[in-house]
Amino acid sequence: MPLVKNGAFEDDKWIVVEDDADLPADKPVILSLTRWQAERDSLIGRNAPIAVKLASSEAPDPLETDLDRLTMVALDFPAFKDGRGYSYARLLRERFGFQGEIRATGEVLRDQWLAMSRCGIDAFIVADNVTLEMFDAAISELSLVYQPTGDGRKTILQMRHGN
Amino acid sequence: MYRYDEFDTQLVQERVAQFSGQVARRLAGEITEDQFKPLRLMNGVYLQLHAYMLRVAVPYGTLSGKQMHMLAHIARKYDKGYGHFTTRQNIQYNWPTLKDIPAILTDLASVEMHAIQTSGNCIRNVTSDQYAGAAAEEIDDPRIWSEIIRQWSTFHPEFTYLPRKFKIAVAGMHTDRAAIRFHDIGIEIVAGKDGKPAFDIFVGGGQGRTPMIAPLIGTAIPADDLIAYLEATLRVYNMNGRRDNLYKSRIKILVHAIGADEMRRQVEEEFAHVKEQGALALPEAEIERIRAYFSPPAYETLSDTSAKLDQAMSANKAFANWVKTNIATHKQPGYAIANISLKPVGGVAGDASADQMDVIADLATAYSFDEMRITHEQNITFAHVKKDDLFALWQKLEDVGLGTSNLALITDHIVCPGLDYCALANARSIPISQQIAECFADLDRQHNIGELKIKISGCINACGHHHVGHIGILGVDKKGTEFYQISLGGSADENASIGEIVGPAFTEDELVGAIENIVETYLSTRQTDERFIDTYRRIGKDPFKENLYATR
Amino acid sequence: MAQHTNKRATTQSVTANRLIDGEVVYLTAAGEWSDWLKDAAVADGKEACQALLAKALPFVASQHIVDPYLFEISVEDGVIIPSSVREKIRMAGPTIRLDLGKQAVGT
Repeated sequence: MPLVKNGAFEDDKWIVVEDDADLPADKPVILSLTRWQAERDSLIGRNAPIAVKLASSEAPDPLETDLDRLTMVALDFPAFKDGRGYSYARLLRERFGFQGEIRATGEVLRDQWLAMSRCGIDAFIVADNVTLEMFDAAISELSLVYQPTGDGRKTILQMRHGN
Repeated sequence: MYRYDEFDTQLVQERVAQFSGQVARRLAGEITEDQFKPLRLMNGVYLQLHAYMLRVAVPYGTLSGKQMHMLAHIARKYDKGYGHFTTRQNIQYNWPTLKDIPAILTDLASVEMHAIQTSGNCIRNVTSDQYAGAAAEEIDDPRIWSEIIRQWSTFHPEFTYLPRKFKIAVAGMHTDRAAIRFHDIGIEIVAGKDGKPAFDIFVGGGQGRTPMIAPLIGTAIPADDLIAYLEATLRVYNMNGRRDNLYKSRIKILVHAIGADEMRRQVEEEFAHVKEQGALALPEAEIERIRAYFSPPAYETLSDTSAKLDQAMSANKAFANWVKTNIATHKQPGYAIANISLKPVGGVAGDASADQMDVIADLATAYSFDEMRITHEQNITFAHVKKDDLFALWQKLEDVGLGTSNLALITDHIVCPGLDYCALANARSIPISQQIAECFADLDRQHNIGELKIKISGCINACGHHHVGHIGILGVDKKGTEFYQISLGGSADENASIGEIVGPAFTEDELVGAIENIVETYLSTRQTDERFIDTYRRIGKDPFKENLYATR
Repeated sequence: MAQHTNKRATTQSVTANRLIDGEVVYLTAAGEWSDWLKDAAVADGKEACQALLAKALPFVASQHIVDPYLFEISVEDGVIIPSSVREKIRMAGPTIRLDLGKQAVGT
């Protein structure tokens, strides 16, 4: 299944590593929050990129001071109706200033890409038949926004008052 | 009232296109029903017992004549010639087809209307006081703030998949006609520092399976902090509300579980961050821009006494009765607030035919500055009618069966659609309402009884607000037969209370007799000027219970 | 909806709503969907009922119907009668508007 990041296809080089599995050397790895917290000291010197995957019940606060060590944070959506990740993404981007990749994993469907993008998620695993045209069309369906988020888009309020 | 600018208009049109695309993809099989269902709910489309149901948003209940005409047109063209006004000030159509929904939404968009977020686990229609802008004691017009909240909550990307639905209500003064203490967030406008409006914020009220009165969480929040405070509250809820159990996922459950003090602490911690970041500070220019839409209408300068009204009342008893119950005091001399009852005896509470809607639209244009309000008690309010015009208005209402003089009396019910329409129901509710209304039809008897609010639900979801009825009736299914459980002493206003179940349930045949029995207990024990609810609060449940079950 | 299926029922039919217009429909023995209960297939016993419900599922995948489920019926003098108040109303229309729904067709 292809990865769309910042509106373009990308090779997904990341490897999900289970809690009890050995870490492959020199490969970008995705670890659970539990493993990261248990092993962070020993992981600090690691050369290859590290990502942490948050379960939908795991808010990003424990990662706040570690974000400069992480290349990516993955947010799991076990069911697309579980909307906690939208808040987590905004906290990561807007409160903690995370500039790495924020990836949505799990049940991530076309009709959620727009809201997810607005919240700061910039990477999506998509179905095989998805084209960049489809992706772009989906996130452009609503071209104006009432609410400010970290995506920097001018809000309707700002447009009204000439900001 | 608010008028869309080009930005509002464009967004609603894009939403119609977006949902039309989703419908097309559903019909082509590109998405499953499970994937489609939350999308259609967020566009107001339910699947009910007989057909789809479309719930159209009426923001804080306010409609223009043109918009009401469009609602009539939709009833005729796409439905079966009528609509149902709801306890959240919206309108529901019971018979649209899925393939017609895009066309209906296009028609609605042409008059600045939509069905956005009228269902689904998102922020719903913001409701308010039907006397907004007309009541003398109002601190500030709650519709200004309802409109500001409406825009902030529309397509909010972070709060599109909340644990459950989220309902906000705003009252403009301490007298609460919007049931704010039974909402997920209830807002009361208070006088803040330097004379500007401020907000008391109640969080965690609701009805349903577990009725709860919202505790006060935020006190006198300044106007420019309102949206930041709401965003903080929603974020705390989105992250911490339960998602494992459908029946425990409203914010009221969270507040109850962690306690009001802890809820306040979490909200204020989050609010401090949001406020510091600053992006949600409400600019004065936007507040004033919206306020301008709700400036007082061009009142004539009149004496507060209307000879015309007085004469008509002494000449026509039926009209005098209508004035007695359905007219409320307006702050502007010479004007009155007129309430139109959608509860005629023998009708279906809250329903209006397309023809009636057209008449109401024209009457609003002629007599109330082209504006009307749907109330959460399923009636309609014309907020600014000249006293001189009341008789002419009433006559025209009478012509179309809308002159019923029963506001807040025992035949003015809140009723959910119940098992006649609703896929969730366990029992029918509308026939119960009709039988009670029939029994108490005599207007002299109704006036003697006075204010008595009966609220009827066909299932435990409490869409008929039975928990806050002076008399509440809940339809249940016992071994395949419909039974009705009575509760007493509920109230949705600023003296909020949850009704107490009085005893074992009644059959449909027994129910009207039970209501008569309860009324009899009230009439025989009341003191001067005591309404039913006052007597109940003084003497409690036991005398009612005793009389009700004496022969069982 | 599936939660309205009586788990102890033995004689049942299958109903659903048509996707495109929401109309109440019933599964026939020929594997088609009729607007009328009189055309519904009747299944007796747990196995037959499960088999009948299984026949409905392909129509979900083909976007014809949504949410098929079994509901209890009895057959009296050759007439299929729903056992629950809910399905009686669903078959006919709202009880307070006899001019609406299936009960009004042909009047």
